[in-house]
Amino acid sequence: MCAMSIDIRIPTILRPYTKDQKSVQAEGANLGALIAHLDANYPGIGERLLEDGALRRFINVYINDEDVRFLGSLDAQVKDGDSVTILPAVAGG
Amino acid sequence: MLEISQTFVDAIVAQSREEYPDECCGVILGPEGSGKAQRLKPMINAAHSPTFYEFDPKDLLALYREIDDNDEEIVVIYHSHTETEARPSRTDIAYAGEPGAHYVLVSTREEIAPAIEFRSFRIVDGVVTEEEVSITE
Repeated sequence: MCAMSIDIRIPTILRPYTKDQKSVQAEGANLGALIAHLDANYPGIGERLLEDGALRRFINVYINDEDVRFLGSLDAQVKDGDSVTILPAVAGG
Repeated sequence: MLEISQTFVDAIVAQSREEYPDECCGVILGPEGSGKAQRLKPMINAAHSPTFYEFDPKDLLALYREIDDNDEEIVVIYHSHTETEARPSRTDIAYAGEPGAHYVLVSTREEIAPAIEFRSFRIVDGVVTEEEVSITE
């Protein structure tokens, strides 16, 4: 099986890791693998997305239009042509 | 410095009173790269709470899609504090994810005069800096 390249939209706050690119490519069959590949190419970005092996509470990730929390989070499957969007939560107290 | 119209200030204050005792929230958008607060967009506080606000994740995605489609940017992110001062709480600082935005806070607590209820801040890498608010019109 050949690796799939998925387009990932990077939010402003994480663009210092991606040399200011708004979107980058990563490969993997599920979200966890995509993030691992992303972190290999852009060291440090993984830690901004994950905490104790799970998605951080204040990071929202979508596959196409769907919140990954409804798709199995890091186990959410991706397929060729999907796009992933990462957005910081807008929240506070 | 944040430049904002009296109309928007009034609308945000009115929204904070309408949604009291819950916190209200929203954004003001502007053309990408302009930094101008031109289009007010109230959002739903999905937390429906007097001590927390959060854009619904679906609304958040729709908002960013809309911004992309219109070549806009988020200029202001605002929310209300219902019983405390209009300055960022620890939670606000922890969650602040738009280093380019003005974070506006409005307080609905009654003992504060309206003139000082509306304040604006930059929150970058956990560092909060208050800035002047210039009300136009």
